[in-house]
Amino acid sequence: MATKLSTWRKFKNRMALTLAFLAMSFGLFWLFWILFTTLDLGIASLSPKLFTQMTPPPGSEGGLLNAIVGSLLLVSLGTLLGTPIGILAGIYLAEYGKHTWLGRVTQFLNDILLSAPSIVIGLFVYAIYVAQAGHFSGYSGVIALAMLVIPVVIRATENMLLLVPNTMREAAFALGAPKWKVIVKVTLRASLAGILTGVLLAIARISGETAPLLFTALSNQFWTLNMNGPIANLPVTIFKFAMSPYKDWQQLAWSAVFLITMGVLALNIIARVIFRASKHT
Amino acid sequence: MSSTRQGRLGDWVFFNLTRFFALFVLLMLGGTVASLVHGAWPAIERFGWGFLWSGEWNPPMERFGALIPIYGTLATSLIALIIAVPVSFGIAIFLTEMAPVWLKRPLGIAIELLAGVPSIVYGMWGLLVFSPVFANYAQPMLAATLGKLPVIGELFSGPALGIGILSAGVVLAIMTIPFIASVMRDVFDVTPPMLKESAYGLGATTWEVVWHVVLPYTKVGVIGGVMLGLGRALGETMAVTFLIGNMNVFGGFSLFLPGNSIASALANEFAEADSPIYAASLIELGLILFFITFVVLSLSKLLLMQLSRQSGRET
Repeated sequence: MATKLSTWRKFKNRMALTLAFLAMSFGLFWLFWILFTTLDLGIASLSPKLFTQMTPPPGSEGGLLNAIVGSLLLVSLGTLLGTPIGILAGIYLAEYGKHTWLGRVTQFLNDILLSAPSIVIGLFVYAIYVAQAGHFSGYSGVIALAMLVIPVVIRATENMLLLVPNTMREAAFALGAPKWKVIVKVTLRASLAGILTGVLLAIARISGETAPLLFTALSNQFWTLNMNGPIANLPVTIFKFAMSPYKDWQQLAWSAVFLITMGVLALNIIARVIFRASKHT
Repeated sequence: MSSTRQGRLGDWVFFNLTRFFALFVLLMLGGTVASLVHGAWPAIERFGWGFLWSGEWNPPMERFGALIPIYGTLATSLIALIIAVPVSFGIAIFLTEMAPVWLKRPLGIAIELLAGVPSIVYGMWGLLVFSPVFANYAQPMLAATLGKLPVIGELFSGPALGIGILSAGVVLAIMTIPFIASVMRDVFDVTPPMLKESAYGLGATTWEVVWHVVLPYTKVGVIGGVMLGLGRALGETMAVTFLIGNMNVFGGFSLFLPGNSIASALANEFAEADSPIYAASLIELGLILFFITFVVLSLSKLLLMQLSRQSGRET
C-alpha cells in the first residue's frame, strides 16, 4: 500500500515537473523565434543606405535616416523632460511622504500609471496639446513619452532611496547637514547606479512605444528637425510600412525592427550590468 | 548662523519642490481622466448608457456603440490569460524549484528580456511570420479537433484567415507570459525557505511543496500577478492591431473571425475621425478602456501589497 501511494506521488511529481519544463521551453521557444526572425530578416536588409537616405515612397529605394534621427530626438528629449520630474517625485515618496496621504496616494497611482495603456496617454496629450495647437508635433510626442518615463523613474528612485541604510542619513545629520543636503549629497549619491538603471529601462521602454506617438508626433516622410511639426520616427514608420502591401516597405520595416530590438536589448543588458556592478562595490 | 538659515531655506525649497512633482503625478492622472471625460462628453450626452451595449459602429450614419470593441478587448485578453497563466505558472515553478543555480539567472534574464521587446515587434512578427503559419497549420488542426465538439465547436469554425480574435489572443499571450512569469517567480521567492524545507523534510515531493506550501502562501500575490498581466493585455495596442483584423461588424462567435479591440479602434481610426461625434465616440472608448484597466490594475496592486504585508509580518 505504502509503495503504491509513493509511486503515485512520484508519478504526479514527475508529471508536474515535466509540464513545468515544457512551459519553460514554450516560453523560450517564442523568444528564440522572434529574435531569429528579427536577426534573419533584419540583417539581410541591413545596408549603409539605411543611415544615409530618407524613407522612400513605395516602389523606390531608400533608408530610414529621418526616422532614426526623429526617434533619437523624441526619445532623448522625452527622457530629459521626464527624468528630473521622476527623480524629484521619487525623492518625495521615499524621503518625505512615506506616511502622508499624498505620498501613499501618489505611490499607489504611480504603480497604476506604470502599466496604464499608453494609447490613452496619447489621447490625453492629443486633447491638451495637439487639439489646442491645431497640428501634430514633435513636442507633443516628447510630452507623451515623458509621461511614460516619469512612473518608471519614480519607481526606481523611490526603491533605491529606501534601500539606503538609515545610519548613513543619521551620520550626515549628526554632522549638522540640513535634510536637503543629506538627500542630495548622501542618499541620492548612494543610489545613483540604481536610478541610472531605472532611467535606462525607461529609455528602452519608450524607444519602442508606438501607440502614444500615433496622435502626437505622427510621422513624416521627409527630413525635418522641426519639433513643432509632425516628425518621422521608427515605431510609427514600422507600423505604416509593415501594414502596407509593398515588399520594399516591409523590408525597411524589418530593418527598423532590427534596430529597435537590438537597441532595446542592449539597453536592458547595460542596465543590468550597471546595477550588478554597483551592488558589488 | 547664516549657514543654518540657508539650510532652513534650502530645506523649505527642496521639500516643496519634490512635493510639487509628487502632486504633479496626481494632476497628470486627474488631467487624463478629466480630458477624456471632456472629450467624450458629446458622445456620452448623445448615446447615454446605450453606448456600452450597442453593437453598431457606423461612422457615415454617425451611430456608435462600444459593444464590439469591448467584446474584442475582453475576448483577446481572456484567450491570452487562458494560455499565459498555466505557462507562466510552469515557468515560475521551473525557475524557483527546478533549475540548477547556474541556470536560474540566465533563464530569468531571458524571460525578462522577452518582456522588454517592444510590442510593435510582436505585432509585425505576428502579422508577417506567425499568422501564415497559424492559418496553414494551427487553425485547420483546431477546426478538425476542438471544432468538432458540441457547443465550443462553434468557437473554432469558419475560414482560417490567420488574423482574427484567436490569433491576436495567442500573440497577446506570448507577450503576457513574461510579465506574469516574472511576477510569479518573484512572488514564489517570497515564501520563507523554512516553510519549504520543513515540507521537504517531511518527505513531500517538489510538486507537493509547490501545491501545498508555496501556492497557498503566495496565493494573493499570484492573483495580483495575473491581474497585472490582464491589465497589460487589455490595454495592449500594437500587437493586437496588427492581428485582430479591425472589423467593426459582429459576424458570429467564432474566434477565427476578425474583430476589433478598443485600443486597435483608437490606433486605426482616431487620426481619420472626421466628424466631432466620431472623435468623441472614440475618446469615450478610450475612457472605457482606462476605467477597466484602472480597476484591474488597482486590484492587482492591492493584492500584491497584501502579500508583502503578510510576509513582512510572518518573517
